[in-house]
Amino acid sequence: MVKSSSLRTILLSPRGGISAIVLLVVMICAVFAPLIAPYAYDIQSLRDANLNPSWKNWMGTDEFGRDLLSRMIYGARTSLSVALTAISISVAIGMSLGATAAYFGGAFDRLVTAAVDLTWSFPEILIALILIAIIGPGLNSTMIAISIAYLAQFTRLTRVQIMALKSETYVEATRSLGAGHAHIIFRHLLPNALTPVIVAGMLATGDAIILEATLGFFGLGAQPPTPSWGAMMSSGTAQIFIAPWIIIFPGLAIAITVIAINLFGDAVIDVLDIRRQLRDS
Amino acid sequence: MANFLIKRLVLLIPVFLVVSVIIFMIIHLVPGDPIDNIVQIGSTPQQKAALTAKYGLDKPLIVQYAIWFGKLMTGDLGEAIILRQPVSSLIAQNLPHSLILGSLALAFSTVVGIATGALAAIRRDSWVDRTVMAVILLGSTVPSFWLGLLMILVFAVHLGWFPVSGARSWSALVLPVLTIGLGGVALVARVTRVAMMDISRRDFVMMLHAKGVPPWRINLQHILRHALLPVVTILSLRIGWILGGAVTIEYVFARPGLGSLLITSLNQRDYPVVQGCLLMLAIAVMLGTLLGDVVQALIDPRVRERTG
Repeated sequence: MVKSSSLRTILLSPRGGISAIVLLVVMICAVFAPLIAPYAYDIQSLRDANLNPSWKNWMGTDEFGRDLLSRMIYGARTSLSVALTAISISVAIGMSLGATAAYFGGAFDRLVTAAVDLTWSFPEILIALILIAIIGPGLNSTMIAISIAYLAQFTRLTRVQIMALKSETYVEATRSLGAGHAHIIFRHLLPNALTPVIVAGMLATGDAIILEATLGFFGLGAQPPTPSWGAMMSSGTAQIFIAPWIIIFPGLAIAITVIAINLFGDAVIDVLDIRRQLRDS
Repeated sequence: MANFLIKRLVLLIPVFLVVSVIIFMIIHLVPGDPIDNIVQIGSTPQQKAALTAKYGLDKPLIVQYAIWFGKLMTGDLGEAIILRQPVSSLIAQNLPHSLILGSLALAFSTVVGIATGALAAIRRDSWVDRTVMAVILLGSTVPSFWLGLLMILVFAVHLGWFPVSGARSWSALVLPVLTIGLGGVALVARVTRVAMMDISRRDFVMMLHAKGVPPWRINLQHILRHALLPVVTILSLRIGWILGGAVTIEYVFARPGLGSLLITSLNQRDYPVVQGCLLMLAIAVMLGTLLGDVVQALIDPRVRERTG
C-alpha cells in the first residue's frame, strides 16, 4: 500500500504537512477531550449564559452558561467518532459487496449494480433522512444512516477495480494452483484494489462530518446534552442576535477539519497517482 | 428524441416502485403499532377503527401496500397527525416555495459556475485562477447550513440588507439562493475548468491558432462549446445534490418548503407528512435527473443513440 517514502513525500509537501498537523490536533482533542477541556461539557450556570469570549471562557458560553471551548473539544470526539465509524462500516461492507459482485458476476452482480444505480442519483442527505425516519433520531441512527448513504460509492469503486483485476494472469495462475474463491478475493484481489477505496473513504469522512453536523443541526443527531458541532449550532440559531459566537466557532471547526481532510486526501492522490482510478468510477 | 424520452420514463417506473415500497414501510418499521403512527392525537377508538378499515391495516402487508399505493395514485397521502390537514394540501402549499428556490439555485450554479470556471481556465495560473480554485475548495468543504447562518449574520443581522428568514418578499430569496449556489458553483466551475484545459490541448485548437483565429473566439466558440458536454453530464448526475441542498437551506432560513416541512415533521414524528415529503423529494430528484439526461441528449446525439 502506502510506502514509507510516499508518506514522507506527502508529509513534507506544504499542503500535506499543514493538513496533517491540523488533523492531528483535532484527533488529539477528540481522544484526550477530558484532559484538554478546561470545564465539563454539561455544567450549566444560567448566570453565565451567553457570555462574550474572554480569558475565562476563550470562546464564550452558550445559552445555558456552558463553556463553549469545552463543548467544542468534546464535540470533536462526537463528530470524528461518528464519521470514522460510519465510513469504516461503509467501506467494509461496500468492499465485500463490490468484490463478490464483480468476482462472481451473474444475478448477484446484477442485483448489486441495480441497487447501486438506484441510490446513485439520490443525494446522501435524502437517503440519510429516509433512514432516520425509519430508525428514529440519535447518534447511533446517524451512524447507521451515514454508513448506508455512502455504501453505493464504495461498492461501485471496488466493483470497477475488481472487474479490471480479475482477468489478470496472476489470478488465473492462482486459480489453477487450486486456490479457493475466498483466498483469491481476500488475499489477491482486494489488497490490489485497496488503495483507491481507502483514499475515497478518507475523502468521504470529510463529507460524513458535514452530514453528521447537518443531521445534528436538524435536531436528528446527537441529543442534549451530548455536544456535537452541528447540534451546538442548532441551539445557537436562537441566540444569533446576542451570541453569534455559538454558531461561528463550531462551523469554523467543521470547515477547518473538512478542508484539512480534503487537502491531505489531495496530496495522497497526487503522490500515489490514483486520480484516474477515482474519477473513472 | 421522443423515443429516448419514453425509454427514460419507462426506466424510472421500477425506481419509483422501489422508492415507494421503502417509504410505505416507514410506518411499519418504526417501533409501535402502525395505526398509532398515522392516527391523529386524541382520536377516539371509532376513528382508529375507521382508519384501520380505510388502510386495511388488519390485512397482509402486500394488500396494505396496494391500498396505500392506490390512494397515492389518486393524490391521497393521508392526514397529518399534528397539523390536522390532508398531507396533499400541506405539500401543495409548500411545493411552490421549494420549486422556486431549487430552480433559481440551479440556474445560478450553472451560469456563474460556467462563467467562473471558464475565466479560471482562460487565465490559467493567474490570480484569477487561484481565487476561483480557493472559492471552489471553500464551496465544496464548508457546510452549507453554516454558510447560510454566516450570511444571515452578516447580511441580515448586521447590514440589514435582506430579511433574516421567511419568504414574504423576493429579497428573502437572495441569501438562500447564494448559499445553495456556492456549492453548485464550486462543482460546475471545477468541471468547466478541467474540461476547458483538457480541450485546449487538442489538435483542432492548435489548428485554429495556426489559422490566426483570435484567442477569445477560440476560447468561447470552440473550447467552451466542447467543454459544456462534461458540464451537462455532471449537472445531470448531481441535480439531486442541488435539490438536497435546498432541503437543508430552507430549514436554516426558516422558509416554507418541502425541506422545512420534512425536518419539522421528522422531529414531531408526524409520519404521514414525512412519507409525503420524502416521496415528493424522491420524485423531484428522479425528474431532475431525467431533465439532465434530456438536455444531455439534446446537445449530444451520441447519448441518444446509446440509449435509443
